[in-house]
Amino acid sequence: MKKDIILAGVGGQGILSIAAVIGYAAVQSGLYLKQAEVHGMSQRGGDVQSNLRLSDKPIASDLIPLGKADIILSVEPMESLRYLPWLNEKGWLITSTQPFNNIPDYPSMDDLITEIEKLPYHIALDADLMAREAGSLKVANIVMLGAASPFLDLDYDQLKKAIAFLFGKKGDEIVELNLKALEAGRNVGLKNAN
Amino acid sequence: MQKLLLLGDEAIAQGAIDAGLSGIYAYPGTPSTEITQYVISSKEAREKNIKATWTTNEKTSAEAALGMSYAGKRAMVCMKHVGLNVAADAFINSSITGANGGILFVVADDPSMHSSQNEQDSRFYGKFAMIPILEPSDQQEAYDMVHYGFDLSEKFGIPVMLRITTRLAHSRAGVTRKLPRQQNEIKLPANLKQFILLPSIARKQYKGLLNNQRHFLNEAESSDFNHFRDGKDKTMGIITCGLAYNYLLENFPDGGIPYPVLKISQYPAPEKLVEKLYNECDSVLVLEEGYPLVEELLRGLLNNGKTIKGRLDGTIPRDGELNPGIVATALGSEMAVSRQVPAIVANRPPSLCKGCSHIDSYSVLNEAIAQYGKGRVFADIGCYTLGALAPYNAINTCVDMGASITMAKGASDAGLRPAVAVIGDSTFTHSGITGLLDAVNEKSSITVIILDNSTTAMTGGQPSAAFAKIEDICKGLGVEDEHIRIIKPLNKRHEENLDVLKEELAYEGVSVVIPRRECIQTLNKRMRDKQKLKEKRVDA
Repeated sequence: MKKDIILAGVGGQGILSIAAVIGYAAVQSGLYLKQAEVHGMSQRGGDVQSNLRLSDKPIASDLIPLGKADIILSVEPMESLRYLPWLNEKGWLITSTQPFNNIPDYPSMDDLITEIEKLPYHIALDADLMAREAGSLKVANIVMLGAASPFLDLDYDQLKKAIAFLFGKKGDEIVELNLKALEAGRNVGLKNAN
Repeated sequence: MQKLLLLGDEAIAQGAIDAGLSGIYAYPGTPSTEITQYVISSKEAREKNIKATWTTNEKTSAEAALGMSYAGKRAMVCMKHVGLNVAADAFINSSITGANGGILFVVADDPSMHSSQNEQDSRFYGKFAMIPILEPSDQQEAYDMVHYGFDLSEKFGIPVMLRITTRLAHSRAGVTRKLPRQQNEIKLPANLKQFILLPSIARKQYKGLLNNQRHFLNEAESSDFNHFRDGKDKTMGIITCGLAYNYLLENFPDGGIPYPVLKISQYPAPEKLVEKLYNECDSVLVLEEGYPLVEELLRGLLNNGKTIKGRLDGTIPRDGELNPGIVATALGSEMAVSRQVPAIVANRPPSLCKGCSHIDSYSVLNEAIAQYGKGRVFADIGCYTLGALAPYNAINTCVDMGASITMAKGASDAGLRPAVAVIGDSTFTHSGITGLLDAVNEKSSITVIILDNSTTAMTGGQPSAAFAKIEDICKGLGVEDEHIRIIKPLNKRHEENLDVLKEELAYEGVSVVIPRRECIQTLNKRMRDKQKLKEKRVDA
């Protein structure tokens, strides 16, 4: 088993929480993991990514080689496209369609959707809308994790346990909210996987 | 022992806690910040009474660590690569004094300049100081090397450098802990003159350091962190330094590298192992993260031996960090990349946060200085350096910590009026105070804007040494009371702030304007913590 995942977004959008959930589930499943993050200046509203690598064998590089990522999981549509050279032939691009527009030359949504739809394997969903339906805009990143969950080769129960563990300190209500978001995203992912 | 999922930085921190550390000192700087942050936040470290603190700058960090070493305890000092420039005086001389308790200089380099002004390679500093250098290839080695580094430091009574780069600092992996060991008791140096660098003593000490060089080399030759792995194909031998080893392995996913490989993670470079590789192979490929240190050693001045491939002959780009693709190219195999980044994807540079006080300060500055024309603003290092970008385009320089004030002074000496310095509160106490004293002593005509957001914001909101002290410091240095002006950078106060700044720009002498409003990030965090506390109380 080997999954190379690029998590993408804008500084402050919470891609590291997605990484934390997958990471915890992976370690509990007895897998090896390496996860390169971006800290420092870029976190101030710039583009950020995290290279997350899971494997049942020891992992060498902290960085995913070009053309080797199995999944690009993005919480922002334009950012999902920035890492296309890393995606392998059969790789999935899974992104939220909710734009984070903090630059003057942000492209049009139509152009973004056109580019996303050029990919043979893609899932695009409005994570903000689904998060609001689940109960809070704050769980949009967990909706996206849910959408990617059928492709991670991780036991779904392990993901749920990871959420329960990582959000447990914040109370049962928050855990329930995140599980609901995970489930909602997962349903979209499953529909597209088949 | 349990396995922890740790950043390279955190692995070093946990390694230090477990290796009997007594004190860690640092000034925050990407990518080194998380080492000290981890120890400060560690319950275990608190229970063990480990001193963990942010200091005013890297030099004061290094000297405090050296003092702890003098007293016989283990100390660590952490910094980013350019921080070592600030600490260089203490660092270089500490190789002459030597250590008593173990002391590690942890330096995090930033090749590709993700968050820095240059990509200097700290291994050259280590070589310059003639001390052993450790360069981990992964998080586990980073952890293990702290323990080993303290042992090495205490065995030879010498400071040891632990050099990492951004990618390891900020990448997470599983780390197995060792059994924790006790801290040292206080124990003064056997020779109470060891740390007195009077010429007569320093000469002796220096001879001792020179004499130790062969021992440091022997340690590197026999170190478990350096190893030679044979391969059948002798047309090429490969030397990897630190993290580069992983990028090489990545290119042979099923194992079985056909070439002989020398992995170097401890310096001085192990001569015998290098010689063996060189003699057995027709050519050598050197993979190192940073400057071509080992490659230059191998080539010598004339390069009249075998073919040496690396950063100097263009096999590897001369600048920037390594990655698996660059190593693949160097090995002669291209990575298959079928997809390009669509042309519509725009750059998204970092920017000042919404609601940031610097935005209001720059809006006042831009308007106040408009009548004099552009090109008069000497800035410094922090979030406010982003004022260089559109839409602010408000500053003209950013060189090193504290350079704003002294460069403004120099330009003012040259006749440029007004000459404005823009510096953050934490940067001011880091390296701005002495420059301001120069300006006061010479009655230079400069306007110093100390942007006081009451934190070290860029690195994540560490406490600022300047907190609640700025006016007193300025007064103490001799800035006239009536030319120390505090304003509140808010849009609604734009006009009154503008008047203040215009007055001070027109003043022939040293004036200090302090726009003071808390960083929006630390403010939000404080509010969240307050809310949490409230909820907790309600629950109770």
